[in-house]
Amino acid sequence: MTPVATPPSQFVYRMFQEGVLPPNFCPAYVSSVKRAPRQPLVPLPQTISELTGPTFTPPESVQSVDLTKGAHGAALGERILVGGRVLDEDGRAVAGTLVEIWQANAAGRYLHASDQHNAPLDPNFTGGASFVTDAKGRFRFETIRPGAYPWRNHPNAWRPAHIHFSVFGPAFATRLITQMYFPGDPLLPFDPIFNSIRIQAVRERLIAAFDWDTTVPEYGLGYRFDIVLRGRHETPMENKP
Amino acid sequence: MTEAPEPGPLAVSPSLPVTSYQTVGPYFKIGLEAFYRNDLTNPNTPGRIVEVAGAVLDADRAPVPDAVLEIWHADSSGRHMVQPQAKPFDDTFIGFGRVPTNEAGEFQFRTIKPGAIQASGPELQAPHILVSVFMRGLLYRLITRIYFSDEPGNADDPVLRSVEQHRRGSLIAQAVQGRPDRYEWNIYLQGENETVFFEL
Repeated sequence: MTPVATPPSQFVYRMFQEGVLPPNFCPAYVSSVKRAPRQPLVPLPQTISELTGPTFTPPESVQSVDLTKGAHGAALGERILVGGRVLDEDGRAVAGTLVEIWQANAAGRYLHASDQHNAPLDPNFTGGASFVTDAKGRFRFETIRPGAYPWRNHPNAWRPAHIHFSVFGPAFATRLITQMYFPGDPLLPFDPIFNSIRIQAVRERLIAAFDWDTTVPEYGLGYRFDIVLRGRHETPMENKP
Repeated sequence: MTEAPEPGPLAVSPSLPVTSYQTVGPYFKIGLEAFYRNDLTNPNTPGRIVEVAGAVLDADRAPVPDAVLEIWHADSSGRHMVQPQAKPFDDTFIGFGRVPTNEAGEFQFRTIKPGAIQASGPELQAPHILVSVFMRGLLYRLITRIYFSDEPGNADDPVLRSVEQHRRGSLIAQAVQGRPDRYEWNIYLQGENETVFFEL
């Protein structure tokens, strides 16, 4: 362990602008009603505790991650490739950060005891993986395009196809959990989770772009999904709230 | 060093729009289980081993069986790990833990009690653990802190003092009588004793 004697106090992370984050209390998303706090949040200064977090040595090149090869053979469904970079708001690469992903299989079923949707499990697909971004913040994985699935939020409720992403970033303050959606999904306008983000342009950043550069000829379609974490600005620690 | 603490050229305004949050959903175990860890201790790490146990409770005081907590804290001398690990997460103590709740909404973790931390200026921060809470039903994470009831430094802690006095107790894990290294701390998502959650 390398200790730090003095906190790196010359920057803080920018606050999220109004409307960027979804509100936790969101009645259209029924599960939020009994779980979201109702008291106003208390401003927390960015101290050394919030400005540090788990970080990792970036691999020398983009890690090879493949969710499509199971114990007994290839997973069923449409093979796709997803690539992108983890950046901050100023366009700087976030190198050596841990990314974890999870998703349903092609039939819209998760390998999870709580998922009772009447759709088949695939013995060759777990739907989970993790990787660390390289020096340029890049990642890339092969997977199966996830299916839509029903949930009980409201009558005839279906989640659009999505892949869950968990990203650490350089500090506790940058921790992000989000979902990646697919372009042209007809369910997106009806999904209360996707639409919980008020600003349309911010919401649509969660939709991956079909990408020829990520597409592999005779193999699979590619999608690009860049993840942008909070950037820093130079408010000195003394002036913070 | 980590990316974060290096002062670099900083733009006046951001050039890229930030990626927003979505709920962790009910099936996070598939992606997050590989790095569950509720015992952060290591024979090579100096300090006093403590246990923190509690439950996550909703508006009806019903247990939340599908929450996951992440914790981050300093070592016993009050220093945070800033050295990148070679691989996520080996057995080295770095002060990070990830703990899901069980069917009864309960969680428990074992770690090294953090030391007091030099804040900016002359202030000391009392020993504390930062917590992120994720669950189905939360579109954004909840952020809170755990302090320890037997720390005299709590009275002068700048963050605790920024919280209305009648709500401070929700941030303080209570020492359990007769079990010197055990603390209890619950998360009340809503209602009369709603836990203090922070905006960061």
